[in-house]
Amino acid sequence: MEHATTLDHTEDVYEPSLTPDSLGKLGMWVFLVGDTMSFGALLAAYAAVRAGAGAIGWAPPDAILGINLTAFMTFLLICSSVTMVKALESIQNGNVSRMCLFLGLTIAGGVIFLGLQAYEWYHLIHHGLTLTGIPDHGSYGALKDQAINGSNLFGPTFYAITGFHGLHVTGGVIYLVVILIHGLRGRYTAEFNHEVEIVGLYWHFVDLIWIMVFTFIYLL
Amino acid sequence: MAQDGHKDHPKYMNIFWWLLGLTIVEVAVAIPEYSIVLKAILLIGLACSKAALVAIYFMHLKFERKTMAIIVITPFIICVFLVIMLMPDITLDTRLDSLVQPAAEVVDTSSH
Repeated sequence: MEHATTLDHTEDVYEPSLTPDSLGKLGMWVFLVGDTMSFGALLAAYAAVRAGAGAIGWAPPDAILGINLTAFMTFLLICSSVTMVKALESIQNGNVSRMCLFLGLTIAGGVIFLGLQAYEWYHLIHHGLTLTGIPDHGSYGALKDQAINGSNLFGPTFYAITGFHGLHVTGGVIYLVVILIHGLRGRYTAEFNHEVEIVGLYWHFVDLIWIMVFTFIYLL
Repeated sequence: MAQDGHKDHPKYMNIFWWLLGLTIVEVAVAIPEYSIVLKAILLIGLACSKAALVAIYFMHLKFERKTMAIIVITPFIICVFLVIMLMPDITLDTRLDSLVQPAAEVVDTSSH
């Protein structure tokens, strides 16, 4: 890491001074650090509620939630992260139209993700998983007794955490659309592109959080 | 800062294949029934590896100033403390039962 620091001033031996570009990045990182705490608090609360319910007091997630669909949603977000780094790489090489193409693909990935999440929520609500309870009919019936013996917070924790993440994806899609519009108007060049890098930071963070949510809510 | 170093960025597709591979391993690890503790350790380890790959390569932390990495690591350390601080909420459950029992009897006698 040390060798990457190219020094203009000999007195600044440790790190180069902050520039308008890196100030923007620092701002986004500080926001993301705060956001990490929000998600950390939600996931830690989930862990506490679930562990407090005991081994049989919590319905096994894979019996209620669809792992295949969400595994595909994870794949989709990873793909959209790749198109995001490709968009940044393109504009760093001065290729505006390629950047716009990759930004468009990233937005498409986000929109499809949200569509699948809406489908998943609709399906679960239709089967009776709401903020106040878990399904008591059909193949889910046996799970109700299990939940009653322990905690009835399966629905609230699920909707709070995936909903909070979904809001972040929604915000990210709007943010990306704004950057794409700027890009189409020719705002970004090989020299001026830190705004693309900053939206990328946000988008990768949303991907990173989903990796955690997928593991804790769906797989464990 | 934005320009230096982007020539030695890794091939992003390599990271993509790693993330994809680790996701498949995660699902494979999650499906069979076995010790929940072992499963949790495996899954959390895999998830943290994936998150680290995203942060280090996609978010360019590897190519950032060191201070940025220190800022980023902070909330993850604090989150560990968050979990430790919530531990009483988990373990207190059984102790509360023993506290509630006599209280319930008091309520019973007073209602007669």
